[in-house]
Amino acid sequence: MRIGVDVGGTNTDAVLMDGRDLVAQAKLPTTGDVTSGIVASLEEVLRQKPKTAKITGVMLGTTHFTNALLERKDLTPTAVLRLALPATTLLPPLVDWPQELKQAIGGFTYMVHGGHEFDGREIASVDPAEIREVAKQMRKQGVEAAAICGVFSPVDPAHEQEAAAILQSEMPEIQLTLSHQNGRIGILERENASTLNACLSNVAKHTIAGIRLALSQLGLDARLYLSQNDGTLMDADFAARFPVFTIASGPTNSMRGAAFLSGVRDGIVVDIGGSSTDVGALVNGFPREASVAVNLAGVRTNFRMPDVLSIALGGGSIIRQNPKGADAENGVEVTIGPDSTGYRLIVEGQAFGGATLTTTDIAIAGGLAQAGNPDLVKGLDSSLVNWVIQDIQARVEETVDKVKTTAGPVPVILVGGGSILVQDSLSGASEVLRPEHAEVANAIGAAMAQVGGQVEKVFSLDGMSRQTALDSAKDEAIGRAVDAGANPNSMEIVELDEVPLTYLPSNAILIRAKAAGDLASE
Amino acid sequence: MWQVDESNLEAIAIGAGILGTGGGGNPYIGQLRAKQAIKEHGPVTVLSPEELPENSQVICVGGIGAPTVGIEKVRDIQSYHALRAIEEYTGKKATALISNEIGGSNSVEPMIPAAMTGLPVVDADGMGRAFPEYHLKTFFVYGVPWCPMALCDEKGNTVIIPEAISAQWVERIARSVTVQMGCVACYALAPMTAQQVKTTAVLGTLSLAYNVGQAVLDARERQEDAIGAILAACPGKVLFTGKVVDLDRRTAAGFARGSVTIDGLGSNAGSRMVLEFQNENLIARHDGEIICTVPDLICVVDTDRGEPITTELMRYGFRVTVLGFPAPQLWTSDKALAVAGPRAFGYDVDFSPLVLS
Repeated sequence: MRIGVDVGGTNTDAVLMDGRDLVAQAKLPTTGDVTSGIVASLEEVLRQKPKTAKITGVMLGTTHFTNALLERKDLTPTAVLRLALPATTLLPPLVDWPQELKQAIGGFTYMVHGGHEFDGREIASVDPAEIREVAKQMRKQGVEAAAICGVFSPVDPAHEQEAAAILQSEMPEIQLTLSHQNGRIGILERENASTLNACLSNVAKHTIAGIRLALSQLGLDARLYLSQNDGTLMDADFAARFPVFTIASGPTNSMRGAAFLSGVRDGIVVDIGGSSTDVGALVNGFPREASVAVNLAGVRTNFRMPDVLSIALGGGSIIRQNPKGADAENGVEVTIGPDSTGYRLIVEGQAFGGATLTTTDIAIAGGLAQAGNPDLVKGLDSSLVNWVIQDIQARVEETVDKVKTTAGPVPVILVGGGSILVQDSLSGASEVLRPEHAEVANAIGAAMAQVGGQVEKVFSLDGMSRQTALDSAKDEAIGRAVDAGANPNSMEIVELDEVPLTYLPSNAILIRAKAAGDLASE
Repeated sequence: MWQVDESNLEAIAIGAGILGTGGGGNPYIGQLRAKQAIKEHGPVTVLSPEELPENSQVICVGGIGAPTVGIEKVRDIQSYHALRAIEEYTGKKATALISNEIGGSNSVEPMIPAAMTGLPVVDADGMGRAFPEYHLKTFFVYGVPWCPMALCDEKGNTVIIPEAISAQWVERIARSVTVQMGCVACYALAPMTAQQVKTTAVLGTLSLAYNVGQAVLDARERQEDAIGAILAACPGKVLFTGKVVDLDRRTAAGFARGSVTIDGLGSNAGSRMVLEFQNENLIARHDGEIICTVPDLICVVDTDRGEPITTELMRYGFRVTVLGFPAPQLWTSDKALAVAGPRAFGYDVDFSPLVLS
């Protein structure tokens, strides 16, 4: 049996699955330390576990890192070091970033000499003195993490490694992300992804350590996996170093869970959590992948990810009346979010005896949901309640509308704990489905996730056809996935990418292949 | 006369991406570079060809190199340096700038030196689409001299080609220099007169790119069919709809060459289209039969959103629609086809103009 866990901003969900059957489920508040919320949800499903059942794997999907970026909270002070001079100065690092996010990570950028030409020649050599000077500046600015990005580092990573060694010796504590490890050709997108990864360093370290501790305290001797953007699983050690790969796993898991639960193959999934709402399209039971560059928190990246639109609206979103800058002219002096009480909803929310007004309090006051103590919110101004309910409905409708590719109505599947905020009369929907267990769709999606295998290898096409090289890379990726526990009969190549390496004397290419398949039945 | 500012660059980039027929460099990076220059130096004025004063000195600037390199070693302000170098060499100061090709990032290349110098840009270009090589310009087919030209890299190197026996020789020499320079150089040509621009350039193409791009943005806003919106803004036809199943892409002598194979979806289910490209898409084969060739435009866009997809950003699994547009008339004369028809690219087939029903 497997346990699927989803750590959201508000709730931690867990499910125990026996094959395709749900054996047990739990939904508990996400806690400040993360660990105790996971422990509580795991304890809850383990309590319901049949005595003889053995747990072989714990699959964890977390929206933790996405929330950190959306709310710009707990981000590590991060610098970007680009090895490129004298090239690329017109477009410096972070050039197209939202101002707020740039400020939240510090916005420290450095361009120094280095990087390679397409054919492996140096644009300029790395100048150790220049990098040591950068390290001095970084120390002064309180930088704790850095992304290092060299021009053409996927072809030759030497300069990134050289710069990393110098930085590390000057600043032993610094957490580094080297761009060649997490992206492909396309410097701005690769640099952006690396920077997002670096600024999540502290959050990632704490999150993974917390979960590890939880498992050992529960005496769970099962492998820990984290689900990635593409819906496949990765080992927890890898995930601690590359948190950015998990960033869209929440939406992927909830969409796969929604398809699994509703039986709908084509439609729109609306997943409303405590802090954010993700809307995506299902095509043939799988999330539609973005075929254009993907924006993460307003930052352009080149990951292969589900085409999901996120807005900062959830069950814990904070409502403020008469804030500065509100639209007083129209008589509307109310704002919803973007910040959220998150897991503190059940303490801070007014219906739970707290002082903070949240969307959930409004839903309770408006009769959309039953939770907390309705008496505590019955004194709310009914025009305020109505306005907020209508505004939430309009925001969700607008987001659904943006995700749709045709004007006609389509089935809409509502999942996630915050789906109580939405009324059934959703414009643009042919039907609104709230499948059974929808509140734990994320956890079910995580538990049902596939196992991936990846290979990245240079092939010389001297005496080997391109097709042979591709087939060999595909076979190797499939082999690795099978080694990691995938069923050989369910394998599919989910990613295939080539980079020509023209600097080598023979016609050589770098092939990156990724295979995914269902976990073999235990 | 109109202005290019930060707000209308997105539409121009989308339209230019579509007219780029798979080449012309990354439209996002071109747009971002122009935006950065406009942000720093102010908006750029666009003049229609009729608004050009008789005594104009119009300098054409453009990028040269491999798009697969341009998304990694993003271009700097090489075109500004090339403009200054050719002005100094010829002793003539530019009064306006013109794009060498409307397709892809080259469409906005003049915006960077224009923003930096305050010079206007003419609403026209030398291709009306994108082409892989320097000599493939209507300017040269109809008598504009191909020399002298100045070529600059981002490291401070400048090369002037004062004399060459043909435009193709300029291409050969400039290409070798560009490869040595690291594949993302920029060039500037000696000034053209207003009369030369009016008779040898493809006119109104900056406006066309803007209109096509704006149609796509409007269609997305209203959840309407983006493909239909493109065809309404620029007459053409759908050649194929499907999913990318194979991509054979290699860099040879500074070019991205190869083919993309698309398996049909919907009404094209069971069929296959293969596009052959040399930076730009040149030949479209439907189940083996050639149905569209250069100089007609073969453009690949994302089926849902109408986003142009360049050959270097094409990936396995993309859902795409292949569109065909008739070539600008300047390209359909025998003289022009000898330069840019299918035979000029090594295909043993005659140009047969795309027929719109």
